[in-house]
Amino acid sequence: MTAVTIIGGGVAGLCVARVLRDKGADVTVVDRHDGPGPHACSWWAGGMLAPHCEGESAEEPVVRLGQEAADWWDAHTGCVTRNGSLVVSLARDHADLTRFARRTQGHDPVTKTEIAQLEPDLGDRFAKGLFFGAEAHLSPRAALSALRAGLQSDGVVFETADADPADYASRGLTVDCRGFRAKDALADLRGVKGEMLVLSCPDVALNRPIRLLHPRVPLYVVPRGDGVFMLGATQIEGAAGPHVTARSLLELLSAAYALNPAFGEASVLEIGVDSRPAFPDNLPRIRRTGNLIRANGLFRHGFLLAPALARMVGDLIFDGTVPEVMDEVAA
Amino acid sequence: MRDFYGTALDNGFMLGTAQYPSPAVLADAFKRSGASVATVSLRRESGQDRAGQDFWQLIQDLGVHILPNTAGCHSVKEAVTTAHMAREVFDTKWIKLEVIGEEDTLQPDVFGLVEAARILSEDGFQVFPYTTEDLVVADKLLQAGCEVLMPWGAPIGSGLGLNNLFGLRAMRAHFPDVPLVIDAGLGLPSQAAQAMELGFDAVLLNTAVAKAGDPAQMAHAFALAIQAGQAAATADPMEPRDMAAPSTPVIGKAFLE
Repeated sequence: MTAVTIIGGGVAGLCVARVLRDKGADVTVVDRHDGPGPHACSWWAGGMLAPHCEGESAEEPVVRLGQEAADWWDAHTGCVTRNGSLVVSLARDHADLTRFARRTQGHDPVTKTEIAQLEPDLGDRFAKGLFFGAEAHLSPRAALSALRAGLQSDGVVFETADADPADYASRGLTVDCRGFRAKDALADLRGVKGEMLVLSCPDVALNRPIRLLHPRVPLYVVPRGDGVFMLGATQIEGAAGPHVTARSLLELLSAAYALNPAFGEASVLEIGVDSRPAFPDNLPRIRRTGNLIRANGLFRHGFLLAPALARMVGDLIFDGTVPEVMDEVAA
Repeated sequence: MRDFYGTALDNGFMLGTAQYPSPAVLADAFKRSGASVATVSLRRESGQDRAGQDFWQLIQDLGVHILPNTAGCHSVKEAVTTAHMAREVFDTKWIKLEVIGEEDTLQPDVFGLVEAARILSEDGFQVFPYTTEDLVVADKLLQAGCEVLMPWGAPIGSGLGLNNLFGLRAMRAHFPDVPLVIDAGLGLPSQAAQAMELGFDAVLLNTAVAKAGDPAQMAHAFALAIQAGQAAATADPMEPRDMAAPSTPVIGKAFLE
């Protein structure tokens, strides 16, 4: 049986573990912490499985590879909600909506009446929007926990240690899934700061992620159920410090208020900030040096692209297939 | 072409570095643009602990002149602090000075702008102020120590082109020796060509390239337009007239009734 050690138990590490276990590998996952938590940026993710919407600014592989995500997460966690996603803009920013429509596929234009039918709580505030019917979303923390629980019951061993992947690779096949912490080994990896909020607002009910386009402060709101919402997310070049800036909070909350003034009465449950790991083209990479495989650079597409990234790691190990996101450039 | 604080540029293309889909696309767009200057905005938060270092390195690797800017600053104090940070990070005296006065139109606060320009000039900065086409403000900026002026074409990110042709022409005529850059509001290469034809020394744009479906291709298109406009300006364009003027002799031409 192939034995593989995975370093990092965030979304990338757990997905790789799932795929390798399903292929029959003897898998150990080593992470600094015991279980998913705020130390991993996937903990703070939005959990939108929205490949078409991402196509507005992302390269083609994101749209294509992201199509695998909803089915994968559904099969392995059962946490997926398939209600599509809705994109709206305030009347003054309709030019942004027109551009978004031109840059993406898989959407239908919706009128004020149709928006109100899809999302009664948006009322008649938005004259037009785009409905991406095939898209889905999940709750990241529930999905990570479910994935981990499934792995544990299938015999995957979880160890808590601050591990050096190179050290493990000297003893056997190792996959480095440490995200931004792998910067010590990946010189072209950079951090892109993201800030988010979790609100409790029982006055508002939404059925699907809503994106509010804005030239400076684009916002998305993802319903988590029970009146809880995730608000995200800023995207700032530079590794994150420990704190969210007042400006980011102000902008996120103002945008939420524009979406529905009832968000003004919400309770702020959590404020999150972390660094998304990204390569210069914002696409993920797999690199291999002997026994050490590094899978990284999921950027803002952790839940969207981790299943495809994991599949490629599995094919590389078991079939020798060179992944399309593999580059041999030494870091 | 007039020089910018003693620096002669290869061409009149200044390109911003914000809003691209990825740093790789940004680098590609710069390559196709041949732009001689890259503007980069500095966030206070990323300057303090140099958190933005990776991104700044990518900008420095473009190998062009770097013009840091104080984008998004709403007060004199904020702009001055950001300028100091930028000087440290990029090791340049150049600073594009933005003091925003109105959130919706991103119109400059010209009063704060003049004050910040004076403070920074006295401190040894070489200031590129983002201003309007107002001649009195322009004159105050020159008195404050600026040797370059950057009037807007239209509001930032609007893509409306040159909104006040009369004002911009008057500005060019009024300050024949001052390097003038059209900053903001350009959406199409034809608008950039028009600015250069009017005798402006450079154009600065960002959104029109970064938000195009194919940023590199659009950057190339702007480069061609800027080159064309610049060539036209130096070729002494004809004067428009109200009547037709035949381009071939009419007298003696054979014709049938």
